Amino acid sequence: MPNNQLKKYWTTNLKYLAILLSIWLLVSFGFGILLADYLNQFSIGGFPLGFWFAQQGAIYVFVVLIFVYVYLMNKLDKKYGVNED
Amino acid sequence: MDAQTWTYIIVGLTFLLYIGVAIWSRAGSTKEFYVAGGGVHPLANGMATAADWMSAASFLSMAGLISFMGFGGAQYLMGWTGGYVLLALLLAPYLRKFGKFTVPDFIGDRYYSKQGRTVALICALFVSFTYVVGQMKGVGVAFARFLDVEFNTGVLIGIGIVFFYAVLGGMKGITYTQVAQYCVLIFAFTVPAVFISFQMTGNPIPQAGFGAELKDGAYLLEKLDQLSVDLGFAEYTKVNKGNLTNMLFITAALMFGTAGLPHVIVRFFTVPKVRDARVSAGWALLLIAILYTTAPAVAAFARTNLITTVSEQPYEDMPEWFTNWENTGLLTYTDKNGDGLIQYHADEQVNELTIDQDIIVLANPEIANLPPWVVGLVVAGGLAAALSTAAGLLLVISTSISHDLLKKNLRPNISEKGELRAARISIAVAVLAAGFAGMNPPGFVAQVVALAFGLAASSFFPAIVLGIFDKKMNKEGAVAGMIAGVVFTTAYIIYFKPQLGGPGTPEGYWFGISPEGIGTLGMLINFAVSLIISRFTPKVPSGVKTMVESIRYPKSK
Repeated sequence: MPNNQLKKYWTTNLKYLAILLSIWLLVSFGFGILLADYLNQFSIGGFPLGFWFAQQGAIYVFVVLIFVYVYLMNKLDKKYGVNED
Repeated sequence: MDAQTWTYIIVGLTFLLYIGVAIWSRAGSTKEFYVAGGGVHPLANGMATAADWMSAASFLSMAGLISFMGFGGAQYLMGWTGGYVLLALLLAPYLRKFGKFTVPDFIGDRYYSKQGRTVALICALFVSFTYVVGQMKGVGVAFARFLDVEFNTGVLIGIGIVFFYAVLGGMKGITYTQVAQYCVLIFAFTVPAVFISFQMTGNPIPQAGFGAELKDGAYLLEKLDQLSVDLGFAEYTKVNKGNLTNMLFITAALMFGTAGLPHVIVRFFTVPKVRDARVSAGWALLLIAILYTTAPAVAAFARTNLITTVSEQPYEDMPEWFTNWENTGLLTYTDKNGDGLIQYHADEQVNELTIDQDIIVLANPEIANLPPWVVGLVVAGGLAAALSTAAGLLLVISTSISHDLLKKNLRPNISEKGELRAARISIAVAVLAAGFAGMNPPGFVAQVVALAFGLAASSFFPAIVLGIFDKKMNKEGAVAGMIAGVVFTTAYIIYFKPQLGGPGTPEGYWFGISPEGIGTLGMLINFAVSLIISRFTPKVPSGVKTMVESIRYPKSK
């Protein structure tokens, strides 16, 4: 495969990483810590929202982020023909 | 049957299960011994990683810690899960493509340097050994309290079991026993939580019951906030704004530390493909999240139950568990005002009850009046958590010695058979040494767990990430960065830990950061030093550039 194709594969990968890691940063350090006090004035069910993100929500988002990454990368591998089978 | 008989039966059955699995999965080659032959199914690896990761502390202490900390306990919940996102996105797939056996292997090859390998080797040994001693201690405590066995005998039984399957099966034996241990520990943790959630809120799912209404129509968390305030504590869900910086640094240090811990990283060398490494990290986190989202619910249930059971109640009417735990000294009651009632209060002057946070998970089934077999199950779960983590760590120690030290440094000509024998001998020695240290834990053990995470964050994480994402990173930069990060982090922790003889006091913390969170700053220093030094020192050889290029793509071109 031509070199610029591989380069494109890599920059797309880096773009995915930037987006997914920004969400990672936002839900944990943002919603779960720095903005938690502000978010606590809202509630979902019996949870103050900031508290929910800190003790539940952030973890759910982490799990989803990894599976989204797996899905995106499997598709990207196939598109550029670097998949393993 | 009473709780103790049940405990004997359930613990005995789980131990038989582990031994059976170990016999079935013996290792025949070094590849099987180090990375289970590289053929582990991603889901099985996810389960093994989850068991490897969740230690005696996660299982026994974390929920108790949260129930006393309230909102602030989130630093452990997010810190010990968020690192898996970093692992999955930044490390695991590339290290799998690299395809060797250990973290020092990667550092040594990527940075074409024996010193780099040696620095990594020392960090790996230190981190793993401090961590494993704590697990052994946990095994001894569980035996001593529940099986009426002497502490040292408890540790001996524990190391006997680990010895058997680790020496026989290496990574292969450890992986499949960890799969069994995951099942035991997650069942043991969730069963009482489901019962209690249903009892209190009518909703059997703890994650939902946690935010649901109690029998009297008030939301659980609102009631808990109210109870806390009435007793002079801070509201349970309230953000403590005074130390947000510190919470941020601790959470980050735990996340980056998780992603840099050698016993977690090596698990991703055991799956067949790059694609498997990615999805396996996903399974691992999903399986870990089951416990980590249940734990805060358990914390809130236990806290509410505890307060309503004891506060302003006559001491005479206390249930049996209360006196049982009093006998262990982990729960104490002194009737200061002589009224025969129990005053539980934030104010030390008034408070008559002290509770060790470690008993919350263990006492929870009794507090909630669950049947005696649940107690046995919880003990078996705690043992599974401690043993699985200990085994993973011991493997890292033995691999470091037989592979990184012996094969790669001292005796490169050693045969496959000789290396396998050396691996078995070193794991045997490591098991015995850890057991001995567990029986005579140096006083500083609890203190150095912070150091283990700090060191992993400030040494391995930057070196590996830069090794993958920065082709220009050379050996001078990486080695200088690792040394700067490690020296800074260690010095800060020793200086500010009175238990380690340091003269520092909390007033002197930089930006209010406690030793638990300083690994984050150490990591940033590592990154900065590496990047600066690498731009002023000789370029990376072209062969290494080709290698970095090749680990970026799942299929080699």
